[in-house]
Amino acid sequence: MTYAHPNGNGSITAVGTTMESYYGKPIVKEPVWKAEIPWYLFMGGVAGAASVLHGLARVTGNHRLARSCLYIGAVADAVSPVLLISDLGRPERFLNMLRVFKVTSPMSVGSWILVASSGASNTAAALEGLGILRPVKWLAEAASFVTGPPLATYTGALLANTAIPVWSEARDELPWVFGASAAASAGAAATVFTPADAAGPARRAAIAGVAVELGLVQAMERKLGFVGEVYRQGEAGRYGRVSKLCTAAGAGLLALRGKRSRAAAVTGGALVLAGELALRWSVFKAGFQSARDPRYTVRPQKERLQKKGARR
Amino acid sequence: MSALAEPTGAPAAWPNTYGDEAKPRMGFFTDTTVCIGCKACEVACKEWNLIPEDGLEWSGLSYDNTGELSANSWRHVAFVEQAKPLKLDGELATADGGPEPLRWLMESDVCKHCTHAGCLDACPTGSLFRTEFGTVVVQEDICNGCGYCVPACPFGVIDKRDLPRSPDDAPLALPLLGKKEDGRVWKCTLCYDRLKGGHEPACAKACPTDSIQFGELDELRGRAQKRLEKLEAEGWNGPRLYGEDPDDGVGGFGAFFLLLDEPEVYGLPPDPVVPTAQLPRLWRTTALAAAAVTVGIAAAFLGGRE
Repeated sequence: MTYAHPNGNGSITAVGTTMESYYGKPIVKEPVWKAEIPWYLFMGGVAGAASVLHGLARVTGNHRLARSCLYIGAVADAVSPVLLISDLGRPERFLNMLRVFKVTSPMSVGSWILVASSGASNTAAALEGLGILRPVKWLAEAASFVTGPPLATYTGALLANTAIPVWSEARDELPWVFGASAAASAGAAATVFTPADAAGPARRAAIAGVAVELGLVQAMERKLGFVGEVYRQGEAGRYGRVSKLCTAAGAGLLALRGKRSRAAAVTGGALVLAGELALRWSVFKAGFQSARDPRYTVRPQKERLQKKGARR
Repeated sequence: MSALAEPTGAPAAWPNTYGDEAKPRMGFFTDTTVCIGCKACEVACKEWNLIPEDGLEWSGLSYDNTGELSANSWRHVAFVEQAKPLKLDGELATADGGPEPLRWLMESDVCKHCTHAGCLDACPTGSLFRTEFGTVVVQEDICNGCGYCVPACPFGVIDKRDLPRSPDDAPLALPLLGKKEDGRVWKCTLCYDRLKGGHEPACAKACPTDSIQFGELDELRGRAQKRLEKLEAEGWNGPRLYGEDPDDGVGGFGAFFLLLDEPEVYGLPPDPVVPTAQLPRLWRTTALAAAAVTVGIAAAFLGGRE
């Protein structure tokens, strides 16, 4: 008699191959991060790229745009640590993040970047609002400009430096995707809060950011191959479709009517922001989905072993 | 630079940082061919380490009601029922017309105490550290529950504990942000406290068949090689060592295994690689992307003075 286990003890089929597993159970653990993290990925992106927009607007003498970007960046920079601390299992120990600096840990490096960026942009915003200590404000603005770009892209390294298949296999793309998404988000936010005649650079950053990001996401999903199918499934797929739809519609609206119509600028900016938030959620959820199914862990590793064997 | 060294050889910064206090690297050799699935290791581990009970449910998956390694299970016995012969020939193999072959594999899984540990590299607080024995341990008074080590482990070992914190715990410094669960990460310490006292870990002590063998890693590797050769000579079906190779993706395990089938059959990754192995390149990508964000936004300022 053949002993047939009710749970099928293990054989699972992936495209074209049969693989064994332990009752189909996951091999890597799903992340334990909660909703705060995708919100932070979004907010950190807004904060980082807004600092760049602000600095360049200041230098080019566009003070109206500079001011709104400074405040947008400061608010996003102030919300970010609150989100991160709220996600900790022991929030009262958040200062332990600053016990050490570890280049092997994107979480450690990122904590220091966020402290620097958040401190700088909020100092600058406070001094701007009070209209005092201008030299200190300039220094803070410069510091915010320098720490902004790494704040926008390190989150890509944060996710990629894990054993989560859909994140680690996208290590060459995630920092770029998040960088483009950050530029689009900050540009869109500035477009919402700045009169159209001063918002030109922000509008163009939003439109170009969306265009570049749509291409990068496409490239990432194609390169991920088998593992990339999670981006077409479940919540990751739904958030991904919402993201593509909103960012494309928003960028289109900004490009066509953003200069002339205030309503179009606000609607377009809001659509891009919603789309970028959805993108972060899509990537976040894809990580969970790829961890849950052992095929995504086993198959790339088996292929790697085969390649290694062939080389020997 | 040792912090981002290639994942081979000795663990970064160990044992040099310990000076005179350094000890030989200790580990486990888990020989699954003699495991009888008694789960004494699971029980001894829970008792010695005061691990809370985390559910008493029947899984229906052979005799495995523990399910997986987790914050509250630091040893986990896997039970695999297979229609495969235990030996390739002889009385335990199936002759034509004989009964269906059947073998029941049992494997006591545990933290691998990797030479290059993803969890340790990822930890932003320094809570995870390498002991003088070369093992990887969480300092629970420092862990702030960021959870980054959880997805950084290629084996899904370390996990966050979500059980209620004890009523005796000190009040929270920030009550508004306080949470109801323990909130920290937990995993096998290779019984760091017992090692310090010169004892073997609780699971190895309790194992009645010496499936779990504790000792100096170098010695265990030699012992495992001999055992493998013996099993091969006796015609066992599929014996192989898993994690004994210092040239694998995590620089070799401190706790390695003798298996009778592919690792994934036991729920283990076939080719684990520490995420940090790719980090130098990942940091370069991140820096390039950051520069591109600046240049791209600058281009938006040149884009037109309409």
